Amino acid sequence: MSPSWNDVRADFPILHQQVNGKPLVYLDNGATAQKPKAVIDALVRYYERDNSNVHRGLHALSMRATDAYEGARSRLARFIHAADPAEVIFTRGTTESINLVARSLGAKLKAGDVILATEMEHHSNLVPWQQAAKASGATLRFVPVVGANAEGGLDLAALDQLLTPQVKVFAFTHISNTLGTINPVAELCRRARAVGALSVVDAAQSVGHTPLDVQALGCDYLAFSGHKMCGPTGIGVLYGRRALLDQLAPDETGGGMVASVDFDGARWKPAPERFEAGTPNVADAIGLGVACDYLDALGRDAIKRHDHALARRAYAELATLPGIRLLGPTGERGGLVSFAFEHVHAHDVVTFADEDGVALRGGHHCNQPLMRKLGLTSTTRASFYLYNTPEEIDVLIASLRRTLKFFQA
Amino acid sequence: MSADLTELYQQVILDHNRRPRNRGKLPTANRVAHGDNPSCGDQCSVYLRLEGDRIADLSFDGSGCAISQASASLMTTRLKGKTAAEAEALFQQFHDIVTTGQAPEEISDLGAFAGVHAFPARIKCATLGWHAALNALKGDPVPATTETHND
Ligand SMILES: Cc1ncc(COP(=O)(O)O)c(C=O)c1O
Repeated sequence: MSPSWNDVRADFPILHQQVNGKPLVYLDNGATAQKPKAVIDALVRYYERDNSNVHRGLHALSMRATDAYEGARSRLARFIHAADPAEVIFTRGTTESINLVARSLGAKLKAGDVILATEMEHHSNLVPWQQAAKASGATLRFVPVVGANAEGGLDLAALDQLLTPQVKVFAFTHISNTLGTINPVAELCRRARAVGALSVVDAAQSVGHTPLDVQALGCDYLAFSGHKMCGPTGIGVLYGRRALLDQLAPDETGGGMVASVDFDGARWKPAPERFEAGTPNVADAIGLGVACDYLDALGRDAIKRHDHALARRAYAELATLPGIRLLGPTGERGGLVSFAFEHVHAHDVVTFADEDGVALRGGHHCNQPLMRKLGLTSTTRASFYLYNTPEEIDVLIASLRRTLKFFQA
Repeated sequence: MSADLTELYQQVILDHNRRPRNRGKLPTANRVAHGDNPSCGDQCSVYLRLEGDRIADLSFDGSGCAISQASASLMTTRLKGKTAAEAEALFQQFHDIVTTGQAPEEISDLGAFAGVHAFPARIKCATLGWHAALNALKGDPVPATTETHND
């Protein structure tokens, strides 16, 4: 049974509730997305029928669980158009994926090498690189963000000076979780490769929101979280090109990732098992595979159009509010808008919105250095997904007007 | 507006948020401490001039929500002239107010923060300035600064 746009909202049980006596308006999708019934059912079905350990048993349940788990890997490979399912490593999420590459690549770096990141990275794509730089003696540099409200995106002109042959890794986000900026991933990957640097793409905010093809983008590594694309929490992916993964040392070691072990040492299995020590998160990987089915049945191109239209509308409506400062691009943007009011702090905004049933995010969005550069300590963010409606933006705007009136009275 | 929200944003709190008292660096301060709330990015610095065991003067600076700013502002008006032990005792009372929602009569304006208890996530906002002040009292002396900010 494939989902249809007409009853998308009906597919998400959680949306049909009241919060503080008002219908829930969930606009915190950048933090985590809600789950369709199909995903929830897949988890229940797995635990009620198939639960077993994978790759170890010869009994019926273990074979079923293994098939479903490896089936999920193939499904995820198709979702991002990877050439080979072995290029999909299951992790806990974006953060673990980036830590894995940062530690494994970091072990090969030395003083004089450069890790290039950007000023708009989430702490998850920043701190692991700081650690890798500290451990190896490599230098961490940043592509600047342009404009008082970061409306100009990355300074691509500065990239010429920054992308030197010393750069070994270029790590950047596809869509900024704070600004909504959509970075030109294919161009950035191409330019990284031209100087011999590996590209690491943070696709946390993009993979469930826009068609994504790792081969067309030309990236070397790409990280994302299942929970932001209608999948379960605790599962995510690190994609890596096969040729690279087979040369990469494992990060964690233990059962499941070894080809053979004696008392003196061990030999690793090839990817993906090499990077999946211990019993993996089988149920949630299967749930994530079902989330891929759900999103692709609707079509990510259609989801993208839907999210972008909501973000455009929200941006235009927000711009009419007094004393507002809107961050990020003024034109094309991902499905989120961050803003700050001159006289009302984001936490107060979020508390008032919550009273109207509207779930927003207030704070630094794990983007403290960028916030500081923009002279802010926090913003409020509304982030959209496939089940949001234009009417919900009206509720948001009415709530914000009420808050402004209260604090300015 | 719900009763809970009206309780949270009392007139006293709105007033201190709009017109913070003792805000900016204190040029004669000999103790300073900085507090922040990593989960939300709120920041508060407290500057004290300790004379003997008594807080002769104090100020705060920082950024944050109405609750954290008003709380720090009101705190500065209440701690002036207090000894370290008295400040500690007053904080205990304040902490009880924001966690239980019960304010004893004699506590006067600090009782405005009783509404915070219905919003557990905001307790950290209300106590941020107090923690900075108590840390400043316990901290090592610092040279008085000559810079001032009054905004
Ligand atoms: C751009 C970006 N990168 C990384 C992350 C971290 O994702 P997770 O917490 O699922 O590991 C997030 C989520 O907040 C994000 O928005």
